[in-house]
Amino acid sequence: MWKWLHPYAKSEKSYALSGKLMPWFLVTAVITFVVGMVWGLAFAPADYQQGDSFRIIYIHVPAAMMAMAAYSTMAIAAFIALVWQIRLAEMTVAATAPIGAVYTFIALFTGAAWGKPMWGAWWVWDARLTSELILLFVYLGIIALYNAFSDKVLAGRAASILTLVGVINLPIIHFSVVWWNTLHQGATITKFDKPSMDTAMLYPLLIMIISFAAFLGFMSLYRFRNEILHRESHRPWVISLVQQSSTQINKRG
Amino acid sequence: MAFSSFSEFLAMGGYGFYVWLAYGVSLLSVIFLIIDTVYRRKKIFNQVEQRLQREQRIKAAENKKGTL
Repeated sequence: MWKWLHPYAKSEKSYALSGKLMPWFLVTAVITFVVGMVWGLAFAPADYQQGDSFRIIYIHVPAAMMAMAAYSTMAIAAFIALVWQIRLAEMTVAATAPIGAVYTFIALFTGAAWGKPMWGAWWVWDARLTSELILLFVYLGIIALYNAFSDKVLAGRAASILTLVGVINLPIIHFSVVWWNTLHQGATITKFDKPSMDTAMLYPLLIMIISFAAFLGFMSLYRFRNEILHRESHRPWVISLVQQSSTQINKRG
Repeated sequence: MAFSSFSEFLAMGGYGFYVWLAYGVSLLSVIFLIIDTVYRRKKIFNQVEQRLQREQRIKAAENKKGTL
């Protein structure tokens, strides 16, 4: 029943499939980015309390959400890598970590730039902010650990273990605004109730979330392909790929 | 439209500095990520190509030795 899936455990097949999927993710990301940005920055009405400063939400929330989504993806991949010893899953962990780190940084930085005019401080040691900062450190730790080993089999296993250990931080981040009294506001979208936001503001936000998700997909596939090429650089199919691209460059020159 | 002029759009109701700081730094970090990703791919291709050329040179040198 699952036999059709087996060839994709081969890196060459996965490389080709990722290459086919990449343009779709990129097109989705670019279109939703343009629509979401124009709508959010110029057409959505100003907030009755926060004025136009609330427009930071259109990158702050998507970045924070997708930073956690990226981590969940890595955790699932890390579990698969450790249990079934699938090397491609290890590569997924290594490929996604830098994107998650950049998203987390964006969430933290835009939060600071939003907090300064609204709370009067760039930073407070509050539960949500602190747990998000820990997420950034966990990401950096995973990246550093993966790069610390020249033996990539060992590196992949170590990074996968650290990824699984760091999962404990995800529920802490999500529920930090419930469990502790924090300056940060509670959930607006990710709750069982109706979103507590007007549709005129909510739609561009949802579009931006799709954009960040699609860009995360595009970038992970790109970096996943890089990981495959790097690890398999001695295999014949990679060598013929390199030879093809170099003859193309020579023809153009 | 929430703004009546372009300068009003830039001012963001007095929050211009914070809004554009957030957007600017986010854009820069994403551009940094893209450059790093594309650069890595190029680097891998170059490394493989250099290795292939070196292997060819070694082979050519060995053939020469054989003729002496």
